Amino acid sequence: MPRDKKANAEAYLRMYRQMVRIRAFEDNANQLYLNAKMPGLTHMYSGQEAVAVGICEALTDEDRITSTHRGHGHCLAKGAELKLMFCELLGKEEGYCRGKGGSMHIADQAHGNLGANAIVGGSAGIATGAALSAKRLGRNYVTVCFFGDGATAQGLWYEVMNMAALWKLPVIYACENNGYSEYTPTDEVVAGSLTARAEAFAIEAHQVDGQDVLAVNKCATELAERCRRGEGPFFIELETYRYHGHHVGDINRDYYRSKEEEARWKADRDPIINFGRWLLSEGVATKEELAAIGSEIGDEAAAAVEYALAAPYPDAIEVDMHVFKGVEHALPYMSGARQ
Amino acid sequence: MTREITLSQAVNEAIAEEMRRDETVILVGEDVAEAGTPFKVLSGLVEEFGTDRVIDTPIAEPGFMGIAVGAAMTGLRPIVDLMFGDFLYLVMDQLCNQAAKTHYMSGGKLNVPLVLRTNLGATRRSAAQHSQSLHALVAHIPGLKVAMPSSAYEAKGLLKAAIRDDNPVVIFEDKLMYQDKAPVPEEEYLLPLGEAAILREGLEVTLIGTSSMRQVCEKAAEILEADGISAEVVDPRTLVPLDEGTILGSVRKTSRAIVVDEGHQNFGVTAEIAARISEKAFYHLDAPVIRMGAMDVPVPFSPALEDLTVPTPEAVAANARALVRGVPVHAL
Repeated sequence: MPRDKKANAEAYLRMYRQMVRIRAFEDNANQLYLNAKMPGLTHMYSGQEAVAVGICEALTDEDRITSTHRGHGHCLAKGAELKLMFCELLGKEEGYCRGKGGSMHIADQAHGNLGANAIVGGSAGIATGAALSAKRLGRNYVTVCFFGDGATAQGLWYEVMNMAALWKLPVIYACENNGYSEYTPTDEVVAGSLTARAEAFAIEAHQVDGQDVLAVNKCATELAERCRRGEGPFFIELETYRYHGHHVGDINRDYYRSKEEEARWKADRDPIINFGRWLLSEGVATKEELAAIGSEIGDEAAAAVEYALAAPYPDAIEVDMHVFKGVEHALPYMSGARQ
Repeated sequence: MTREITLSQAVNEAIAEEMRRDETVILVGEDVAEAGTPFKVLSGLVEEFGTDRVIDTPIAEPGFMGIAVGAAMTGLRPIVDLMFGDFLYLVMDQLCNQAAKTHYMSGGKLNVPLVLRTNLGATRRSAAQHSQSLHALVAHIPGLKVAMPSSAYEAKGLLKAAIRDDNPVVIFEDKLMYQDKAPVPEEEYLLPLGEAAILREGLEVTLIGTSSMRQVCEKAAEILEADGISAEVVDPRTLVPLDEGTILGSVRKTSRAIVVDEGHQNFGVTAEIAARISEKAFYHLDAPVIRMGAMDVPVPFSPALEDLTVPTPEAVAANARALVRGVPVHAL
């Protein structure tokens, strides 16, 4: 193995493990939904793992991200634990948000995750504001705003890109173009090119293969460093693919996407399979080592699911807690009870 | 020591004092820097605090509101200037879906210490999109606090408390009151959110007035006094939290109440306060609680029409007189 590869082996294997963890998390979450053990619904990240992992590998815990309704991958890649994630998905007290957020609102402040967002494109302002704080407070962190191609139709993004460019903010807008805006092919809702839209604000734009974790990581590492030097903001369009439907219940999707197309992406462009092959061909890991990673993570995920299923729900007394910071119970407070 | 200053000066002083006290306080909005806003409320602040902290934005209300939410989540304490209350409709997602819910959705991990300053008030001949009083919209949303200063004194004390609050607070100033003077202490003071004030004591009817409707109620009380009717005037000061104790205590004493507010009457603040009185002080009441809000029409431009839409002291006094004399009252 060449020297630089050996030096990077740890990072490569970490990225591989993270992608496998995300896939395992989503497979289990999907199963929980199918078995009617999970309240509500959820949006699977499977297929897009290289985007979250490639980018978050370039970040530190101090760096911030904002995430989307399809956010499990971002949370895990940014450092979240399987156990607490499953607890949140099941509405349990021990979850990241004490069961108050659920799948679409997981926030993990300790790892710089400012939260997933159930409004498509809704976090573009939050990410840009986090970058404003970095600049104003003299902190050297970078903020990555994850969003999908569907969010590029929202006006908010253009407003905040304009300000980010005017004020030279350290923010990276990372658009995961998975080809579908909910149940509609992206071609039908995007006029012109996405990179041109960022370039209209004089924001440097890049296009990267979102199935290639190393290409994603290389681009993100360079742009994050340049952000830290005051050269931001940046835009990356990452071409990727969503294996599941828009949400877990979106099963019959022939009307907008063929099974052949799905099979082709899974066979030819799966980010985990392809990166695994590369690790083998470069001698970074053996087949047995990769298989061991897979089974170890499978066991970890299964144990995390078991744990979450058995974990307690929040007590009823919590229902009006955390409405206001510094107020224990919001209902009496709002009627004028003194704190 | 007190001196008389305008509501505009009071707001300016509150912001300047808090920006001196806390470096993380910033001002964000359209024309907040050199222009000092169209109302000139913020004049002079950019000279003292610079453009790093007094930040002029493009005309992009959802954008700068969203940026302020993110900044508030990561260590700054933004004061957002929304030039007209009517523009609230433009920022509703960032205010109500993001700022209001972040603390709750994150199970208490994240919070949004942000002040949204905006205004309300008709009769400035500004027509339907620059005259609305939309505080009921945001008071409806759990997670937002809502303050309604009724004079320079309240404007300063409530704003200082709002800036120090760790939650999103929306403050509505009546744009017709910016030049109105009131006694304001020279010494520092804060008015806690959630404490109503009894501005005039009385025995026969309670007049509850928010923002500039407090002055309408005070004038109505003077008219009533000339008629030999003793009216009490209560200013809730904040809608969220709402100091029910003070309001209910007054109504239990007078046994009659009129709620006056410049928001639309239907489904509005007057309805909410009247309902709480009816639920919680019903057996003390000698008459129905009367709502007096703005007429339920878009605010018209013509002075001849616009003046018909806002409660007046005479109308409040007429309703109070009828209540005290036991005559049925038909609200607007």
